[in-house]
Amino acid sequence: MPAISVNNISKSFGKVKALDCVSLQVSKGELFGLIGPDGAGKTTLFRLLTTLLHPDEGTAQVDGHDIVKDYLAIRQCVGYMPGRFSLYPDLTVEENLNFFAALFGVSVEASYDLVAPIYRQIEPFKERRAGKLSGGMKQKLALSCALIHRPNILFLDEPTTGVDAVSRCEFWDMLSELRQKGITIMVSTPYMDEAARCDRIALCNEGRILSIDSPTDITRGFDAPLYAVKARNMFELLQRARTVQGVLRCYPFGEYHHIVTDATFNTDNFQSSLNALEDLQIQAVSPTIEDMFIKLMER
Amino acid sequence: MNDVVISVTELTKCFGDFTAVDHISFDVKRGEIFGFLGANGAGKTTAMRMLCGLSFPTSGSGSVAGFDIMTEGEKIKCHIGYMSQKFSLYNDLTVWENIRFFAGIYGLSKSETKERAQRILEQLHFTSERNTLVGALPLGWKQKLSFAVATIHNPGIVFLDEPTGGVDPITRRQFWEMIYEAAHAGTTIFVTTHYMDEAEYCSRVSIMVDGKVCALDTPSQLKRAFAATSMDEVFRQLARGAKRGE
Repeated sequence: MPAISVNNISKSFGKVKALDCVSLQVSKGELFGLIGPDGAGKTTLFRLLTTLLHPDEGTAQVDGHDIVKDYLAIRQCVGYMPGRFSLYPDLTVEENLNFFAALFGVSVEASYDLVAPIYRQIEPFKERRAGKLSGGMKQKLALSCALIHRPNILFLDEPTTGVDAVSRCEFWDMLSELRQKGITIMVSTPYMDEAARCDRIALCNEGRILSIDSPTDITRGFDAPLYAVKARNMFELLQRARTVQGVLRCYPFGEYHHIVTDATFNTDNFQSSLNALEDLQIQAVSPTIEDMFIKLMER
Repeated sequence: MNDVVISVTELTKCFGDFTAVDHISFDVKRGEIFGFLGANGAGKTTAMRMLCGLSFPTSGSGSVAGFDIMTEGEKIKCHIGYMSQKFSLYNDLTVWENIRFFAGIYGLSKSETKERAQRILEQLHFTSERNTLVGALPLGWKQKLSFAVATIHNPGIVFLDEPTGGVDPITRRQFWEMIYEAAHAGTTIFVTTHYMDEAEYCSRVSIMVDGKVCALDTPSQLKRAFAATSMDEVFRQLARGAKRGE
């Protein structure tokens, strides 16, 4: 039995189709990532799976329970960290944790071993009101509260949005540890570079799933030759590269621009066509998740 | 005319006994894309508020667009543009109403407003969307429009505070092309971001840690100095040393 099973789920809000016939399966113990920008439908899917919304069409099971009929059973066995900070700002760190433990009828002591690696980092501030915590500390408290009843499945909606690169990396380290303890995790993020930290990912955009696979297998589907190019004047390179024979797309990619090419492309011809540009470099590169996402969006 | 459009010396801001911004000094030149990076809580927002004339420094000095940040905050506001991802446009106003509103805020005359609005609508191929509610526009269009209204008064400097958060990879790149173009045309861009690949698009990057600017150079020089292959690595090396708990 999969931990999460979603079958042809659709959900609209007025004219906006937030989810359009989405299906996916998450195995027990998997760290599964929903990767996509705002408006992809990630939050709607979380709200359906945590039984806060009903689907218009389709069915889904979480830990074997139907999301409509068995909603009470699901609420007992899942932990949910919404995208917006949803703890009580006027309760202290410790009071929030005690409150969530009481809601689920458990004691903090009984779950301390599970939350300790995370909670210990904010325990020195346990007397502080949650509203006065920094962003990173709020996030750790929210994760501790979501774990206090020892859920089988954890839903994390954009836990790293707006968080700096170092703190994001630390957060993913915490998720890897939880995964080691057998918890199934579904996590969403708009940062493509975080996809590699997941066992499998679904690339989503505008209510649809573009592709589901392991991060390495997803990029295998990129079937056009890809090159990284660089020159002293990157802006000029961007515009001129697009005019060269065989270049399908050219877009900025960090230090380089990436060019996607077809069979008529030839690197010698590229270099001679743009030889007026200083310090021109070109090299073949392997596609990343972000290259794949762009390709799938443009299809 | 002076080529330095932002210049700060020993700029400091304290809140009680907490020093949010700690003696920072740097210059930004006309037409530069200046990346202003730092971990959460490093003091970026506080520093940016001082540069925009929204908050006064505790000590230090500086000028933005030729005006003193200590005494001419109001003049600075008239000569800069500002855009953030969180707030830029009114969703329940139409495209045209938003343009007119921001033109009004910046004191443009009726004829100037008409002329600039026309130019924006044409440049963005928005003419047919003139009377569409902004809330109904796709995110990518909203962003381009935000940038256009933030620069409606032709400011020499634009401050962009995390302009691309949560945006899809194609829109994010289209947005950066707009930034490139504006910089090419001589507008100075001062931008914050958490996307380290975007740091590579900047002419120069400063990285703040615990209230101080602890690195400032071109992306390629920074990578060389830190023996790193990417700006992400440079950032990590510096931000890991942060003592301040965000």
